[in-house]
Amino acid sequence: MDGNFNPKWDDLIQPGRVHGSLYYDEAIFKEEVEKIWFKTWVYIGHESEVPEKNDFVTKSLGPMPVLMARDSNGEIQLLLNRCPHRGNAVCVQDKGNRARFTCPYHSWTFANTGELINYAFPEGYKGTDKSSLGLSKVTRVASYRGFVFGSMAADGPTLEEHLDGAKGSIDLLCDNSPTGEIQISAGFLKHRTRANWKFILENECDGYHPAFVHSSIFSVSDSAIGDLYGDAAVAVTRSLGNGHTEVDPRPEFRRRDKPLSWFGTTPDRLPDYVRQMNEAYGEDRARQIMIDGTPHTMIFPNLFIAEIQIFVIQPISATESVQHSTAIQFKGAPDINRRLRQQTMGSVGPAGFLLADDTEMYERNQRGLEIRQPEYLYLKRGEHRERRDENGYLIGHSTDDLPSRAIWKHYREMMEDK
Amino acid sequence: MSTDVAEIEGPDILKEWVGKSRVYEKSFNPQLYHEVQQFIFREARLQDIHDYDAWEELWTDDALYWVPANGTDTDPEKQMSLIYDNRSRIALRIRQLKTGRRHSQTPPSQLARVISNFEFLASDTDDIKVMCNTQIFETNLRGDTMWASRNEYSLRRVDGALRMAYKKVVLINNNKAIYTLSFLV
Repeated sequence: MDGNFNPKWDDLIQPGRVHGSLYYDEAIFKEEVEKIWFKTWVYIGHESEVPEKNDFVTKSLGPMPVLMARDSNGEIQLLLNRCPHRGNAVCVQDKGNRARFTCPYHSWTFANTGELINYAFPEGYKGTDKSSLGLSKVTRVASYRGFVFGSMAADGPTLEEHLDGAKGSIDLLCDNSPTGEIQISAGFLKHRTRANWKFILENECDGYHPAFVHSSIFSVSDSAIGDLYGDAAVAVTRSLGNGHTEVDPRPEFRRRDKPLSWFGTTPDRLPDYVRQMNEAYGEDRARQIMIDGTPHTMIFPNLFIAEIQIFVIQPISATESVQHSTAIQFKGAPDINRRLRQQTMGSVGPAGFLLADDTEMYERNQRGLEIRQPEYLYLKRGEHRERRDENGYLIGHSTDDLPSRAIWKHYREMMEDK
Repeated sequence: MSTDVAEIEGPDILKEWVGKSRVYEKSFNPQLYHEVQQFIFREARLQDIHDYDAWEELWTDDALYWVPANGTDTDPEKQMSLIYDNRSRIALRIRQLKTGRRHSQTPPSQLARVISNFEFLASDTDDIKVMCNTQIFETNLRGDTMWASRNEYSLRRVDGALRMAYKKVVLINNNKAIYTLSFLV
């Protein structure tokens, strides 16, 4: 606090409680687009989605579409799909391979670096500086271990500064691949929900809900996920800085001390993968990686690494969002990859055993806020048992509201331009 | 089935959504047509009224229930699908619905579906292959939703009765962001 007293935010975001209008007020949504989505580092896509030169995919940055392309030099470009002439889309395909994009309206043609190559009937533009009429681009582009982020702000923290403790989560994920690389190659399920994006963001590391929202699937399958989120669980929640949060189940997995227990399987079921891991890391290190498993980390504001899949949260309006989800694939590990896809398809997307019900909750929460009393949502669970881990990060019980409190603290700093 | 067939070559445009060319039956067997239609109408009714056990009994032991995403002829062994259930996962889906705690179906969606455009496909096995179009009206706590799909079935006679060995549901908007789809489609 630098004496910059802001009564609006003091009123809306208080210790352990937040005002309902933060989830439905369109004016606040517009402010979020400017102060969060068009400012911070936002996850766009993964380099493996455009493996070849001139590949492109349509992605988004907040509510805005973005073309992620690999140019003819192999560099990742984040282009804004709006012809500088009259605003038409220069590309209407979801994905493809092309070096040039031609606007259908007046045939302006752009390279996949954004540069304007030519326009029709050029004599009418005599003396015009073509270099000022290229496609706009996302202002800053950076990637970490293949994860591509974009920021519309010219200045600000670097991507690695922004990721803070979440960098370790990405490292942990990649370590689970015998090649140290993951791939996003299976296409996305796109799940629309009539709810504010922050209900999704907060739910990702909410360890209080699974025992209830997902009891239907836990009771009829042999899933061991439920054990991580009971009252007696030893898993923890952690604030990783800058609004990033995680549920860290490693204490539970280390107690079990069984490789691949995190994935609900055993080494004899995935012999090729286990052999590859041993060859890549040596048996001791491989064993530890396979005990610890993959992370459960929500990278603010839109990338959720959910053990075996990723979710990308896209805000559409104050009351509408899309969750994009797909299986994570470990480069060069086909036997585990099939299981990763099969389990992901069972769990997520509009028909998923888990996500259909999470999404039902988001929509009921959203409708609930039309009831205007009480005005605030209550986020105090586990406040009394927050503590610091050996690295100084705040941790709590796996069922505590600590992730929500961390998210709102960072959210407020962003909305107040701190 | 007759070997008197005609291949209908579709245009290349929109092949991603219409799907590969198929070999349609040219001959017409009114009795079989009636039997297959009645079977699919009954399947639709069991889905609409959430008679989960009766619907599950329609499947063969080697069943495959597939709802692709992002296209019609995607490779379900490489690409994400909305549903890609073998027989045991169909059973799991039903067991979850029957707990009464499948929140997205509690209360259940109110449904009515209309099925039309039956066409038989040439089959090189004893399975009967048939395609049809479906429109589904759904209303639930969120509101009203319209769904539309092209369906493809492989039906098999088991102990005298028809059973489903394969059902593929291609939602027309399966490349778009869609709402929760937790009723039986």
